[in-house]
Amino acid sequence: MVKFILRRIMMMIPQLFVLSVLIFLLAKAMPGDALTGQLANNPKMDAQTLAEMREKLGLNDPLYVQYTRWIKNLLHGDLGLSYVHQQPVTDLLAGRMWNTILLSLCILVLTYAIAVPLGVISGRWQDSWADKLIVGYSYVSFATPLFIFALIMLFLFGFKLGWFPTGGSVDIQLEEGTFDYYISKLNHLLLPSLSGALISTVGIIQYLRSEIIDTKVKDFVRTARAKGVPEAKIYSRHILRNSFLPIAAFLGYEITGLIGGSVFLESIFSYPGIGQLFLQSIMQRDYSVVTALVMISGLATLIGTLLSDIILSVVDPRIRID
Amino acid sequence: MKRSVLQIESLRVSFRIQDEYYAAVDDVSLTVHENEVLAIVGESGCGKSALALSIIGLHPPERTKLEGAVVFKGKNLLTQSVQALNQIRGKDIGMIFQDPLTALNPLMTVGKQIEESMDYHTTLSTAEKRNRTLELLEHVGIPNPSQTYDRYPHELSGGMRQRIVIAIAITCNPALLIADEPTTALDVTIQAQIIRLLKNLQQQLNTGILLITHDLGVVAEMADRVAVMYAGEIVELADVHTLFTRPLHPYTRSLLQSIPSLQTPKETLHVIQGIVPPLTKLPRTGCRFRSRISWIHESKHEPHPILREVEPNHWVRCTCYQHFYFPDGGEKA
Repeated sequence: MVKFILRRIMMMIPQLFVLSVLIFLLAKAMPGDALTGQLANNPKMDAQTLAEMREKLGLNDPLYVQYTRWIKNLLHGDLGLSYVHQQPVTDLLAGRMWNTILLSLCILVLTYAIAVPLGVISGRWQDSWADKLIVGYSYVSFATPLFIFALIMLFLFGFKLGWFPTGGSVDIQLEEGTFDYYISKLNHLLLPSLSGALISTVGIIQYLRSEIIDTKVKDFVRTARAKGVPEAKIYSRHILRNSFLPIAAFLGYEITGLIGGSVFLESIFSYPGIGQLFLQSIMQRDYSVVTALVMISGLATLIGTLLSDIILSVVDPRIRID
Repeated sequence: MKRSVLQIESLRVSFRIQDEYYAAVDDVSLTVHENEVLAIVGESGCGKSALALSIIGLHPPERTKLEGAVVFKGKNLLTQSVQALNQIRGKDIGMIFQDPLTALNPLMTVGKQIEESMDYHTTLSTAEKRNRTLELLEHVGIPNPSQTYDRYPHELSGGMRQRIVIAIAITCNPALLIADEPTTALDVTIQAQIIRLLKNLQQQLNTGILLITHDLGVVAEMADRVAVMYAGEIVELADVHTLFTRPLHPYTRSLLQSIPSLQTPKETLHVIQGIVPPLTKLPRTGCRFRSRISWIHESKHEPHPILREVEPNHWVRCTCYQHFYFPDGGEKA
């Protein structure tokens, strides 16, 4: 088991290398550079100084030199300097990163907490009115764009009903570490994560439903029935465990989706996380921040698939590698 | 006279196909005695598996209609609730399935799968259950019981898996075993081993076995009595010796004629013309086999064939057997 996980982690190294090269090249391929954004528009800045600054920053070096410099710094935990914010990218990310991780975890937990029971009901009582209702909900949620749904949620529960705060990640008057501080943090998390979760359940519900429908007519389920196993146990011991396999595999991709979703959610709920920062940085051409964020989301995706593989190997003995 | 274990009385099993119910098993009456192997033979689609599964109610209830009676230990199983059936399934009636590759849960060790029926039918402690499982594994001829206990189905061969399926069926020493094509998915050498195992078990446990098969070789080796089924009906019922030496019904004779034999000089195998008609197109009146022996004149069939005892303990349906001959003349002795 340990060997399998280690081997699986080793596989991530070439993946990460390719990813970093791609990101670096893409960043370079984008029009303009760090100096075009704000400095070049400054009328006091002349072309001569700009060229000197470019030379000084190493922007005229060959690509591979620039790449090795970037990757070396990256490995030392130095993600460069944000030209817009005039501070190291790592400092910029520190607090926001935790906010985003917290939000993503919240969405993930809520999504599964909503989708798994619904999927099970749907699959077990296939074609019942409950099933039709659940399938209906999942299709409607699938067709609803996240940014519109989040706006509606914000308008309804944030402004109209006033049940939830409408922005930020915590009440700024509260002192960090107190009980109220954490409650306030949770309170700020609820509406954005609920908005994210409610419309990302479709994949899990549909997968689980069709898996259960497939599994419940399998021969081994009939064998279990012939043993006299009660219906509830048929589901918990035989059908569900077999049906959860693809859901476990789904988890990794879910993480990828969360990163995309956080860009919308954080912007709409003015939640200070990396998604919000990402959008701002693109608009301000703050490339060192953008590349750092793309690198991080790439890493998160790889970790997601790693998690999927590990979970899958725990629950399915057939793919366990000794 | 041996005591009967299971009595099937005028059983009719119908399946719903597009809002219409079609009988796959039509008015079947059979009795399985203690310590007896009753075989049901017939081609694919003749209703023998449908019959087997209906005994312990394994058909999806929303699409199945069961009529008649299946009496086991004084109770009609067809009218029992699922809860009441669960008390009997796996305890008094064990079932062996056709395909050992799919009949076991891929995510559960085989030991746990055998133990499971003890969870619901016995009050044994964990250690006792484990011991009983190891005993069963040895009983069905698994070489390393304690190692195999923790194995998953995919780690075992087809023959080994079928032994596990058998171990599950006999866990609680059932009074009746239903074996639905127990050797069909196995290769020939393994088939012989499994048949030997089933025979030994039957002698040790004194169970009645209802053996469903299309393989007349298996019938000859295992069965005491044989019911030949065609298109949902029993067309001939006799003890195994009588059936093989004096088959009467045209269908039985055609089946026996189809077995290749080293003694036959002919190069071509006998083939029964046509196929078992699909459920929706089954003729419901007259002799159901008549379309496949078209050279026999219509007048030779009964309009409403019934199963008649033509000699002691030898039952045949329809009068057409008295006039039946093979068109190419030859019939194996």
